[in-house]
Amino acid sequence: MSDPVISVRNLQVEFVTRRATLRAIDGVSFDIARGEVLGVVGESGAGKSVTGAAIIGLIEPPGRISGGEILLNGRRIDNLPPEEMRKIRGRKVAMIFQDPLTSLNPLFRVGEQLVETIRTHLPMNERQARDRAIDLLTEVGIPAPEKRIDGYPHEFSGGMRQRVVIALALCAEPDFIVADEPTTALDVSVQAQIISLIKKLGRERGMAVMLVTHDMGVIAETADRVAVMYAGRVAEIGPVRDVVQRPMHPYAKGLMGAIPTLEAATDRLVQIPGSMPRLSSIPRGCAFNPRCGEAFARCCVDQPAPLPVGGRHVACHLYETLEAVR
Amino acid sequence: MLAYLLRSLTQATLVMLAVAFIAFSMFRYVGDPVASIVGQDATLKDRQELADSLGLNDPFPLQFARFLGNAVQGDFGISYRQGRPVADLLIERLPATIELALLSALVALCLGLVLGIYAALNRKGVIANIVMSLSLIGVSLPTFLIGIGLIFLFSVYLRWLPSFGRGDVVAFGWWTTGLLTDSGRKSLIMPVITLGFFQLTLIMRLVRAEMLEVMRTEYIKFARARGLSDGSVHFRHALRNAMVPVITITGLQLGSIIAFAIVTETVFNWPGLGALFVRSVEVVDIPVMAAYLMFVGLVFVVVNLIVDMLYFLVDPRLRGGATVPAR
Repeated sequence: MSDPVISVRNLQVEFVTRRATLRAIDGVSFDIARGEVLGVVGESGAGKSVTGAAIIGLIEPPGRISGGEILLNGRRIDNLPPEEMRKIRGRKVAMIFQDPLTSLNPLFRVGEQLVETIRTHLPMNERQARDRAIDLLTEVGIPAPEKRIDGYPHEFSGGMRQRVVIALALCAEPDFIVADEPTTALDVSVQAQIISLIKKLGRERGMAVMLVTHDMGVIAETADRVAVMYAGRVAEIGPVRDVVQRPMHPYAKGLMGAIPTLEAATDRLVQIPGSMPRLSSIPRGCAFNPRCGEAFARCCVDQPAPLPVGGRHVACHLYETLEAVR
Repeated sequence: MLAYLLRSLTQATLVMLAVAFIAFSMFRYVGDPVASIVGQDATLKDRQELADSLGLNDPFPLQFARFLGNAVQGDFGISYRQGRPVADLLIERLPATIELALLSALVALCLGLVLGIYAALNRKGVIANIVMSLSLIGVSLPTFLIGIGLIFLFSVYLRWLPSFGRGDVVAFGWWTTGLLTDSGRKSLIMPVITLGFFQLTLIMRLVRAEMLEVMRTEYIKFARARGLSDGSVHFRHALRNAMVPVITITGLQLGSIIAFAIVTETVFNWPGLGALFVRSVEVVDIPVMAAYLMFVGLVFVVVNLIVDMLYFLVDPRLRGGATVPAR
């Protein structure tokens, strides 16, 4: 593997509220290489989106990065002054949001939004930027782009709008792109198209892609590696085939067990009892211990560190004495 | 576009018809026109002849139609008290009111926008919070109190500004303006502030609220995520979206500034339509009151038409031929 495009090292994000300081992200680390898709899964509130926002420098107060570092092509970007970070945003790192119906400004033509973004980052005149905008629209699969470029967002369907959003994110050829649940708001029939488009663009342009979703089907199809997040920590991270088919962390097992399959004719899906703890009351030790069927004394005291097991990392005490348990 | 325009025009016409009907009913049935004109010692025969010559014995629809026809041609009858055509009286007074109202609206809109945007972008700033607190006073203080307070401070105590009237005016045809003379300009200052202060605070609070609302939307986050500059995000993307409701309220407020400058005009003895109306009420000059009612109706209808057209310019979702959304 070549040098990673994005490298997140022991990232911590805190939200300072009047009552307490809540730690939304607590020691998350991962790398994403050129052309690689890292899927990030977990329940709502596990910290998936906050991680994405932290990389792109869009954590809004009262949230702040309180520890760790984020490297883009080997250069630290988490401590840049706002104006420097703004220039990187859109140019080197980009983001696609969940709902294409609300991500586009309704009062501006699609072309205006594209041209403005292109000219913010690249030294082009109006004419060149417009040509580039048409090329981008073609690339993301919008039919008759030279005509559609003068349309307003409300004249596009949901899937087409998400394509426009992707084109907007690609305006300045970023090296890294966060796709934050890019298909959740779309029709099932359109979801697959958008996902394969993102995958194709990532591979062709050698972009590193962080795909946040809670759709395991999307992960299995698209991602090269997958990170399972729980309560602001990475429970398990590794190659997608390993993690999806043979999960090791009890939480990951629970998640994968909850996927319905056509082959296995089980009556009931596996459930994980309980729900994720609130940020204000994350239990001591392993955050998953109250819901874990395999928890033992140590889980309630020590927070497990990510352990390398084969090609993956698992944050679970069960695997510290690997052979002894299995 | 055309269908939209036609529909707005039809609505406007219907509203004006309704207003005309009320004005006519007032004109015809509040008090007795004949008695108002001939006085108490006229004979019954005189009264009858006058009623016939005025057409007061004709069927109701015919009278209404005649009233409408006259009104369209700008004929609102003759003032009972001044014996002059009502239309002339109105036109004489119109420039004073329009000048005052438009200036107030302009000041209110410009300052309201600037302060509102500032307060929204510096939500936690000290100055923004002081401005917001002061604006509460503007929203809650009655107009006449502000006017009287200003007169006390600047006319009685400091003796800087005149307390009443328009000062010297310059005439262009039937239009008169106080903007070209020193005394005219000085006379405008306090009435403009008095009339515009409430609107200013209202617009400011509205702009702030709308901006804050828009700043939370996904498309603003996405604009930031694309690395657009703060200037573009705030003033291009956010402000334009915040303007839609601001246009509505400002439009309606402009209507009420023009129509109900009555209090301000009374406080400053301003020779405008409002003062004329107050005098007409005192002496039961029904034709003037009826005409004033029509005028107020017309102002609101025209302003609303303009607001509708502005929507059209600002919000592309309303355009697009046949797909005009039902509202």
